[in-house]
Amino acid sequence: MTAPPDDCLARNEWICGAYLSTRRQILLDAVVQHLQLTVVAVLLGLVVAVPLAVLARRWGWAAGPVLAVTTVLYTVPSLAMFSLLLPVYGLSAALVVAGLVLYSLTLLVRNVLAGLRAVPEETRQAARGLGYGPVRLLLTVELPLAVPAAMAGLRIATVSAVSLVTVGAIVGFGGLGNLIYAGMNTYFKAQVLTASVLCVVIAVAADLLLLGLQWLITPWTRGSRG
Amino acid sequence: MNTLAEAWHWLTDPAHWTGDDGVWHRLAQHLVLTAVCLVVSCLIALPVALVLGHLGKGGALAVNISNVGRAVPTFAVLVLLLLTPLGRYGEGPTVVALVLFAVPPLLTNAYVGMREVDRSVVRAARGMGMTGRQTLFRVELPLALPMVMNGVRIAAVQLVATATIAALAGGGGLGRIITAGFNLASTPQVVAGAVLVAGFALIVEGIFETAERLAPRLARGRR
Repeated sequence: MTAPPDDCLARNEWICGAYLSTRRQILLDAVVQHLQLTVVAVLLGLVVAVPLAVLARRWGWAAGPVLAVTTVLYTVPSLAMFSLLLPVYGLSAALVVAGLVLYSLTLLVRNVLAGLRAVPEETRQAARGLGYGPVRLLLTVELPLAVPAAMAGLRIATVSAVSLVTVGAIVGFGGLGNLIYAGMNTYFKAQVLTASVLCVVIAVAADLLLLGLQWLITPWTRGSRG
Repeated sequence: MNTLAEAWHWLTDPAHWTGDDGVWHRLAQHLVLTAVCLVVSCLIALPVALVLGHLGKGGALAVNISNVGRAVPTFAVLVLLLLTPLGRYGEGPTVVALVLFAVPPLLTNAYVGMREVDRSVVRAARGMGMTGRQTLFRVELPLALPMVMNGVRIAAVQLVATATIAALAGGGGLGRIITAGFNLASTPQVVAGAVLVAGFALIVEGIFETAERLAPRLARGRR
């Protein structure tokens, strides 16, 4: 019988280099799953939220119901949201994505709508005076001017989505949450801490990335200071 | 729609409402857990936010704490605490994780509310010879109260929702009905649990809404 190795894995320490090197593939897979779930959910959220916000802006009566429904969705607890969607999607990644999309709707719709409403009436009139039709006005004037407010919502939605993905561990599609859940059951400290830290790193990195993107696509907000 | 019918069946079965795993017991656990966490986080966040708002310092701190709070998964915090020595004290990790989660919205809302009080009103209060403490309690706090209460309301609803996650780490509360349903592969029970939690969250939201509407009337009545 060989003596058990005396390394940080055997001692079950919080910070463990051996864990990082031996489980690199597991960690990488979890990060990839985490990123996929987040990105797909946020993109789908945008695809649904922007038309909703445009509709709510175009027809005033639609704004109330749209905001009310998305707010109620936001009140549903994440664990409950995944459970309520369970009959529809079964135990699948689509379930987690659908839950995250519904969550991001509130933040996205509110911010896009706020951005659209903040477009000055003079600007719209000027564009109409130049002969812009409603579609061109929306695509080339109103939506670009709503970008800063929309991006603020997008950043919050993305950061929240990154942290909410972990709850998906209950159906086995939680990215890094899977590692946290497994680590909890086996009392594996290094795994729990590493996965948690990676979650925060992903959230912060995504936030900075979106901030950079916003800076790139809204040159007019940089003004004459630069 | 069959699942919904079965979930309704689960909910209306009196056997599921009694006992240690019953709805009433879980609801009581959920209520106590969220109430304790809300009180503790208010005791921590509100004094700090009110003093910082009164002094006009620490705005960046409040906003940054709020952003960091959003990025840290509550589930991860919960499990991390569970594995520390604190994990031996029953609901200890859950309370700490939930308090950490509820402090940011409370802090930010109270701070912003205090800063949005009209500066000329504050100057007038000073001009009348009010001390800093008097200005804080008689002028700034009453004017900032709607915003502060909005923070409390957001924190309360989020706490009800997030306390569900405690069940993932073996804690009590309504989330246990959901996780037990997952373990039994009983979709109706999972859905029934979800409906209960969502309903509870909406009731809390409704209570705050009513309180907000009634409060000014009661305050006027006292005068």
